[in-house]
Amino acid sequence: MEKVISIEQALEKVKDGMTIMVGGFLGVGNPLTLVDALVKKGVRDLTLIANDTARPELGIGKLVVNKQLKKAMVSHIGTNPETGRQMIAGELNVDLIPQGTLAERIRCGGAGLGGFLTPTGVGTIVEEGKQRLVINGKSYLLELPLRAEVALLSAHKADKFGNLVFRRSTRNFNPVMAFAADVVIVEAKQIVEIGEIDPDEVMVTGVVVDWIVQGKGGKA
Amino acid sequence: MDSKEIIARRIAAELKNGDVVNLGIGLPTMVGNYLPKGVTIYLQSENGFIGLAPVKEVDPDLVNAGGQPVGIIPGGSIFDSCTSFMLIRGGHVDATVLGGLQVDGHGNLANWMVPGKMIPGMGGAMDLVSGAKKVIIGMEHTSKDGESKILVSCDLPLTGKGVVNMIVTELAVMRVIPEGLVLDETAPGVTAADVIAKTKAKLIVNPNLTTMKGLAN
Repeated sequence: MEKVISIEQALEKVKDGMTIMVGGFLGVGNPLTLVDALVKKGVRDLTLIANDTARPELGIGKLVVNKQLKKAMVSHIGTNPETGRQMIAGELNVDLIPQGTLAERIRCGGAGLGGFLTPTGVGTIVEEGKQRLVINGKSYLLELPLRAEVALLSAHKADKFGNLVFRRSTRNFNPVMAFAADVVIVEAKQIVEIGEIDPDEVMVTGVVVDWIVQGKGGKA
Repeated sequence: MDSKEIIARRIAAELKNGDVVNLGIGLPTMVGNYLPKGVTIYLQSENGFIGLAPVKEVDPDLVNAGGQPVGIIPGGSIFDSCTSFMLIRGGHVDATVLGGLQVDGHGNLANWMVPGKMIPGMGGAMDLVSGAKKVIIGMEHTSKDGESKILVSCDLPLTGKGVVNMIVTELAVMRVIPEGLVLDETAPGVTAADVIAKTKAKLIVNPNLTTMKGLAN
């Protein structure tokens, strides 16, 4: 099955009101080509699941500035003042989630798990509305899985089957999100033939990747 | 030596050879500049690697948890966010150094939001304080308007409950025990009475109180 498609074809899969996951950490590892196209297309009322809202002029930060989000589920918004402004003004619903909890909730969503128990957030406002369980004398919060309708990810290299290789700290949330969405679209800096990536070097198996688009060039 | 350097030098003296350490953004990052001779530590960056080093050549694909370009040591390793927080929550990080807005006598820490004013989000801080083996808070003793940041009880939203092990300020080193805060060290020229006068939490003065270690390294 041909997985390599155009940016335009990829964007047809993202519709108003959807929940999307986007890989990256302060813009590094954001699928910049896909996000820029999403900004241009103006898809609205999205729920964003990502580590952060980057910066106003960078990556998914632009989705905030362009008011395309109705909700953001993220661990950090401090580098994008517009997110804070919209939150305080009541224009954007922001759910702040501890970073490790966010990553693990996504992992559960992609791994068929019904949730997990974490000590993170016990005794803080993160505990509000959650079940506390005591296991072997230690308190934990029950955290539930997260999934999205579409994941927009970036990879350094993809073969045409969707096997992925990441480079340096761009990896971050990208691998775990590849398992946790109904439709997974990966923007790769390099697209290579099947067989060019040694199976031992593959970081995410192509079976979870639905579509591949050519991203902007980067370091070889 | 300014306040920040005193704090960074004293915390650096606390780290042991071979420790895996996560340094928060800002003042905590300075700790890496003052490691004693013969002490090598492995810096963890919660965006997904071990072996954080000063930047030599800017690589847009390699940044720290504050988004700044950094380097990586030979022998460093890269991983995804889930693995990063397995390391953090799983007790594989020996120490984390974080800043604080408020700390109290129960070892509670508040450092992630001021309601109605500043809500950057907790990022990885809540996971770090719940999972790192040792939680060291490096901060100035009082706020800009002279108020004690070390309180009987934090009134800002908590980052973690009962999680702090050690507090280092430009005036003193304090240790958290079940009974409260023990004043272990004071900076040169600072007396226990000076520290007590500037601290709202009750301090238990260590009978073997010493001058702050590590400043001569």
